[in-house]
Amino acid sequence: MFEFKLPDLGEGIHEGELLKWYVNVGDIIEEDASLADVETDKAAVTIPSPRGGKVVKLNGKVGDTLHTGEVIVVIDDGSGESKAEVGTSSSKEAESTPAAAEPQVAKKTAADTPAAKPSAPAPVASVKPADGRPVPAAPATRKLARELGVDINQVPGTGPGGRVQPDDVKAFASGDMQPVTQASVEAEGSVESTPPKEFASSAIPFFEVEQLPEFENEGPVEREALRSIRRKVARKMTTSMILVPHVAHMDEADVTELESFRTKFRQSSANSEDPGRSRLTLLPLVMKAVASLLKDWPMFNASLDPHREELVYKKYYNLGFAADTPRGLIVPVVKDADRKSIVQISSEIFDHAMKGRDGKIDVADLQQGTFTITNIGPIGGTGLIPTINYPEVAILGMGRVQEKPVVRDGEIVIRKILPLTLAFDHRVADGAQAARFVTELIRRLEDPNILLMES
Amino acid sequence: MVMGEMTLETDVVVVGGGPGGYVAAIRAADLGLNVILVEEREQLGGVCLIEGCIPSKTLIHAVELTDALKEADKIGIKSEGVSFDLDKLRNWTSSVVGTLTKGVDTLLTKRGVDIVRGHGHFQSKNLLHVDGANTYIEFKNAIIATGSRINELPGDYNLPLWSSAEALKLPEVPERLLVVGGGYIGMEMGLVYAGLGSKVTMVEFLPKLLAGADEDLVNVVVKRCEKKFEDIKTGSKVVNVEKSDNGYSVTIEHDGKKIEEEYNQVLVAIGRRPNTDNLGLEELGIEMLDRGLIKVDEAGRTSLPHIFAIGDIVPGPALAHKASREGKVAAEVIADHPSAFDNRAIPAVVFTDPEIAWVGLTEREAKEKNIPVKVGKFPLTALGRARTIGRTDGFVKVLADPETDIILGVAIVGHSASELIAEGTLAIEMGATLEDLMVTIHPHPTLSESIMEAAEVAAGSPVHILPRK
Repeated sequence: MFEFKLPDLGEGIHEGELLKWYVNVGDIIEEDASLADVETDKAAVTIPSPRGGKVVKLNGKVGDTLHTGEVIVVIDDGSGESKAEVGTSSSKEAESTPAAAEPQVAKKTAADTPAAKPSAPAPVASVKPADGRPVPAAPATRKLARELGVDINQVPGTGPGGRVQPDDVKAFASGDMQPVTQASVEAEGSVESTPPKEFASSAIPFFEVEQLPEFENEGPVEREALRSIRRKVARKMTTSMILVPHVAHMDEADVTELESFRTKFRQSSANSEDPGRSRLTLLPLVMKAVASLLKDWPMFNASLDPHREELVYKKYYNLGFAADTPRGLIVPVVKDADRKSIVQISSEIFDHAMKGRDGKIDVADLQQGTFTITNIGPIGGTGLIPTINYPEVAILGMGRVQEKPVVRDGEIVIRKILPLTLAFDHRVADGAQAARFVTELIRRLEDPNILLMES
Repeated sequence: MVMGEMTLETDVVVVGGGPGGYVAAIRAADLGLNVILVEEREQLGGVCLIEGCIPSKTLIHAVELTDALKEADKIGIKSEGVSFDLDKLRNWTSSVVGTLTKGVDTLLTKRGVDIVRGHGHFQSKNLLHVDGANTYIEFKNAIIATGSRINELPGDYNLPLWSSAEALKLPEVPERLLVVGGGYIGMEMGLVYAGLGSKVTMVEFLPKLLAGADEDLVNVVVKRCEKKFEDIKTGSKVVNVEKSDNGYSVTIEHDGKKIEEEYNQVLVAIGRRPNTDNLGLEELGIEMLDRGLIKVDEAGRTSLPHIFAIGDIVPGPALAHKASREGKVAAEVIADHPSAFDNRAIPAVVFTDPEIAWVGLTEREAKEKNIPVKVGKFPLTALGRARTIGRTDGFVKVLADPETDIILGVAIVGHSASELIAEGTLAIEMGATLEDLMVTIHPHPTLSESIMEAAEVAAGSPVHILPRK
């Protein structure tokens, strides 16, 4: 049996509408004979059959949307049992958003023969072909790697087409270069998530990870393997801190009015069964304000693609919030926060936080964030410098709201003060933009009316 | 131990003196090891040198010279009465072989490699007996390089049919010759005898000749062969051979129908099989694979880490140049060098007229494995040098990765394809990109420019043909 997966239909196109089948189930098809017509955004294409044999199954009817990597036809070519293909993406899932469809295609590609390459070009410097093809490197370079005891497949190539150069091997052998790993960047509890891709960097002078002393000789210690969430946090934070030039911009918001507004709302909703109402916190209010502001400050809702040297501005506003759970830090995401009401956001935050605490949160609710808020305030802290949730480019830290004596119109008065820190990626944005962004955020947080009108 | 027997001790014993074995012995000796080479035949060089590559290419060259003369009329050369002196041709061929095999002998003995003649048979993990030489060899390491032998026609005919080895000795030029097997040996030998004057019929079991190569390459050769051969029967097989008055009466089955034809001689060229059955490997417990092949790792080690195997007896194409490289690797590993057979590509060459050569990924393989490729094809009709020699039949094809432009495969059909393919092989080994081939200045006017041009076609910017719309 041969399972034919829809191949790449062209640059950046990974779906198409089925216009016509040339065959029926039971027909004998010859290799290279026309199989189906598929129309993409750009053109109609006739797809030839890569094998000859008897058509056993056709997946899809005319008018259906087919995605690259999906098995569209099963052909009995006499090669025996096909291996069971699990997790064929249902069209519903794949259609939800382009962003949702892509990882599935990529995942299948890695697991199977490369019927469909991930539509995004692979970052040249770091990714090894998923199909087990050998890493491009000259024979002398390969010999050098063997001499230095280096697995050349682990060495990120900096040459054209990802070719591994002798210097890459030397840098790798001296520990100045990180091994290539296949994976996506996810901080949180997804069991399937694997370590982030490392970008091939040149050697960093003076950068050396020293052996640690035997602490056992210095006093009693207990050792614990770095696992699961802890390891992911470690990886992700290291990536972020090493890769991203962080700047932290700090300011304070007078949230006296907002807090009294919030308290009033909670009182009036005290009997609501929705904890999003009855227990409204400051976080959803801040989240709403931020979500609306990001449209005017796209540089804080972006990613920098170092492999392609491109800025990616995201036109969707999925706001993550750091949540402390018994298993460790997770960052649930409120999708499309810009299009949700404060109460909806609040309910979702409660829901995610509860599920997160019980370890029952959906992996999907931990993905696709575009900006993160960390609210350490309820636990304490006059201020903080948060670490950006890479590959996002900004994170807002909220300290503890405290009553403080402040000067208003020459008088010392007691006001409720919220310390705010916006940490941002200085490759992508500058201090003045951050200052304006935070100033506008404060203007909205200081006056609930403005928040309601403008957010 | 029996009286009168000798026991030699050595660091390395190499069993087999073909292009794998003798190269391994030379490299091992040069790396300071004590080496004994065991060879069954009187001459060194193995099948390749004695009854394969070298004599066949000598004959092919002779035939091509006469063919070229016959076709030279259009450029104004008159050549009437071109004919063969078979005795001279035989002598010439054996002198070519003789010079080379003596050369190998010299290369080995001058390096202090001892040559023991006889059939090697393993007695234990460190002891080899050489049958016919009354000698035991106690070794620290062994390299098995025993090569392969010709397959015989299935069926117990017990008739003196030709193998390629016999055919290369030019016993006669049969009037009607049947060549069984349309692989590279069958094609090459068929063309030799057609050139010598035989009416050649070719029978191939598969639907296509030269099944390993891409069809577009083969088609160019088949077109020419159709003129030179009496008949080409693909999808056919020989089901019976009987002795007849003037040769053989052969029954050929095609599409369920049987036909009987008369031939003066039958040449069987239906592949080769590894010589691993009479070496005592089973007793040693060396792990075997299917079809008599020995399992080895990247360094050429068998399941016994001090015994190596190279060449036709391990997986991969049964080609001399692959065996030689494996021989060097094994010798280096034994000498504690960090060597490995990590070659990306092994070129394949068919010395038909025109020649076919390819290396790396083929277009068919790319299709079967769903590997996306960019293909650039450059016809020799557009090449100046091809015009000057009147050989515009053929093309060069370059396959590259569409994302990285890294060269994945090169295929050539045309005059001197066997020489030109070396550049493609180097490109693949180096991890070269299309750009690398395109910006390298190729000498003008030469056939080698066709590789640069094909790379340009793949990249979408050819000079000497019009770009694709």
